Amino acid sequence: MGIALALLGAASAALFAGIGSAIGVGRAGQAAAGLVTEDPTQFSRALILQLLPGTQGIYGLLIAFIALSNIGLLGGNADMSMDVGKGLMYLFACLPMAFVGLVSAMQQSKASVASIGLVAKRPDQFGKSMIFPAMVETYAILALLVSILAINGIH
Amino acid sequence: MSVLPMKHMIICAKRQDRKAILELLQRLEAVEIISHDIDDTDEVFSRMDVSQSAQLFVKNAAQADKALEILAAAAPEKGSVLSAFAGRTPVTQETYEAKAQKRDVMMKYVNEILRLDKELTEAKADIPRITTQIEALTPWSSLDYPLSFAGTKKTAAFIGTFPEKLSEADIAETLAANAPDVDALDINIITAEDNFTSVLISCLKSDKNAIDDALRRMNFQRPPVSDLVPVAQIEAYEKEREAAVKRIDSTTAEIASYADKRDDIRFISDYFNMRAAKYDVLGRLEQSKRVFVVEGYVPAEYAPVLERELGSKFELALEFLDPEDSEDVPVLLKNNGFAAPVEGVVESYSMPGKGELDPTTPVACFYYILFGMMLSDFAYGALMSISTFVLIKKLKNMEPSMRKTLTMFCYCGIGTMLSGLLFGSYFGDAPTVIASTFFGRTLEIPKLIDPLNEPMKMLVLCFAIGIIHLFAGLFINLFTALKDRRYVDAISDSVLWMLLVGGLILFGLTTDMVTGMFSLNKISATAGSVGKVMAIIGAIGIILMDGRESKNWFKRTLKGLYGLYNVTGYLSDLLSYSRLLALGLATSVISSVFNQMGSMVAGTPVVGVIFFILIFLVGHMLNLAINALGAYVHANRLQYVEFFGKFYSGGGRKFTPFASNTKYIKIKN
Repeated sequence: MGIALALLGAASAALFAGIGSAIGVGRAGQAAAGLVTEDPTQFSRALILQLLPGTQGIYGLLIAFIALSNIGLLGGNADMSMDVGKGLMYLFACLPMAFVGLVSAMQQSKASVASIGLVAKRPDQFGKSMIFPAMVETYAILALLVSILAINGIH
Repeated sequence: MSVLPMKHMIICAKRQDRKAILELLQRLEAVEIISHDIDDTDEVFSRMDVSQSAQLFVKNAAQADKALEILAAAAPEKGSVLSAFAGRTPVTQETYEAKAQKRDVMMKYVNEILRLDKELTEAKADIPRITTQIEALTPWSSLDYPLSFAGTKKTAAFIGTFPEKLSEADIAETLAANAPDVDALDINIITAEDNFTSVLISCLKSDKNAIDDALRRMNFQRPPVSDLVPVAQIEAYEKEREAAVKRIDSTTAEIASYADKRDDIRFISDYFNMRAAKYDVLGRLEQSKRVFVVEGYVPAEYAPVLERELGSKFELALEFLDPEDSEDVPVLLKNNGFAAPVEGVVESYSMPGKGELDPTTPVACFYYILFGMMLSDFAYGALMSISTFVLIKKLKNMEPSMRKTLTMFCYCGIGTMLSGLLFGSYFGDAPTVIASTFFGRTLEIPKLIDPLNEPMKMLVLCFAIGIIHLFAGLFINLFTALKDRRYVDAISDSVLWMLLVGGLILFGLTTDMVTGMFSLNKISATAGSVGKVMAIIGAIGIILMDGRESKNWFKRTLKGLYGLYNVTGYLSDLLSYSRLLALGLATSVISSVFNQMGSMVAGTPVVGVIFFILIFLVGHMLNLAINALGAYVHANRLQYVEFFGKFYSGGGRKFTPFASNTKYIKIKN
């Protein structure tokens, strides 16, 4: 039972953060495609802005990977008799990344879409436009940090 | 190392030299032209209306660009990936002038391409038109009469369609009802489909009008008229369509035959763009009957060159003034080879405002390190540095801004290599994985910190870098204030904050909570109490000084308390540096995921190795691309938000000299 809960934690980190990023990158991609229709030379800038909400998925993968390797599921020597308490600890440790990953990616994509609009009107302001979505990312990074520290703290 | 000092330049020269002088200035690219308002009542100076010629030049350049587009569609140019970095082709002044003589010939090519393109468009439009005509005739293909056939001497014929499926009997019945007096009728159904029936109806000439009437009531429609038998007409149309296809091919080939004129057309586009830019300035000059005046800003270090070049060729009066405080002087940065590459980063935030220092050098010092910490892989760094270095060396004509960007990534690659050494990361854990999968050995990679297994240690390193970065910002703020002799600002905006934040950090290092959390050694209690005193002095100072522009003491204290609240900002700034850990881990974990995937398939002989190499190449390229992007964005963010927040607000205007603004060629000086 414990190992199943731990696996649920690892999976939900990858799952929710991945969903968030997929939604986010998709939404930003629509705006980016619109910009490129009008001005194909803006492709690389639009691409960078589109990819910004994609990092949450990577962070989710990161947490899932660390959790899986700590549980031993990756090495093939998993502790199948893990007690429920420990399993729950892994599950809870993964939750910050799962939820903050999901929501921050979606919110970040809104900032990305707006920034793509900014670049469409003022291509010279690309440097600043990058920062607005990056501000949202801070919270995903903080959640990632908490999740890493929590998983590493479980013995 | 700094913002270049600017001079306000005024040239007064003879009117007949104006074009030659402007051409020289345009080639030197050293002057930003300014123009003043002159009112209509000015009796001496006036402006010339050049809008017509300028418009003509712009139009010619646009036509040349259009011709290039057409040419690119007809004869795509084989360009390597590298051509995006290559930059404009250098041309000497002599070649330029020789080629400019041939501008009429070149414009002829342009017009010829435009004419051919028009023909091509027409030919392309013909095809759907002919196809529709053929489709309209197809239902009639079994008819032996031309569609214009109206009858013989004694009979009248009606050729047309009903918009529904009808049989001979249906038609006969309806016609009999509508025209009861007619009895001699011959109805031939040519085709009957679901939604239409095409027929040939013959009757006696005397009944023509009655039948005509009856048919109209039945929604009878006449086909498109043609004098040929439908089969012959369809054949004629098909021939016409073939001819159109052939015409498209031949016209495209004819356009493509201009491919070797591409360089000429590029030249003519640039030539007219340059003339348009020159005429734009010409229209802004103040001119009298015999003289004209040019005003502009020149970086002080270019002044002697300008003086020599202009003075040796023309008779003129030239003056360099120090700009007044009220003037909106443009900003040009100049830095050494180490810092100049990040000028682009500073520029995309904002150029330094009036009285601000150029932050490029401190930004550069941290940028390469921060970027490196986030990508943190020796092999990725080496790939980045080598590829950018090769590009820079190979493409001599690269534009300066592109060269700077690539040099920046080259240096960032070096930072990445260093942090890769620190964390023992070479394509992630590839050496270990390869050694155990293919050679059955265990390999330990030497490393100082293992971020995955000792995240707290790594976090301490990130925060330490953050503290240095933030304090560097505060020191620059202090330095700027001292330089401008704003001593009160220097103390209250920089020193007090350093005392408060520095004191809090010192004090924190003596508490169990902090040292326990980061597993650090506690520092001595004396240092802690020094820290406490520093923090208290800082806090009181901030409460007293932060609202110093308010006269009212109550208001001032309230503002001071609010200012003290900003200390939470320092906490969030510091926490922000945990992204160094997060992004660093992202690189290393994803690369080990790919390595592991590779090692899983590597078991089978030969094929396994091939799959391993494939997964390795694709996976690491992907990882490098995504994480280099992340490192770039977040290195910028740490500079813009955390670092610039301490001392830099920008707001300057970039120096944009009167230049050629060409796309393809660059005239060498």
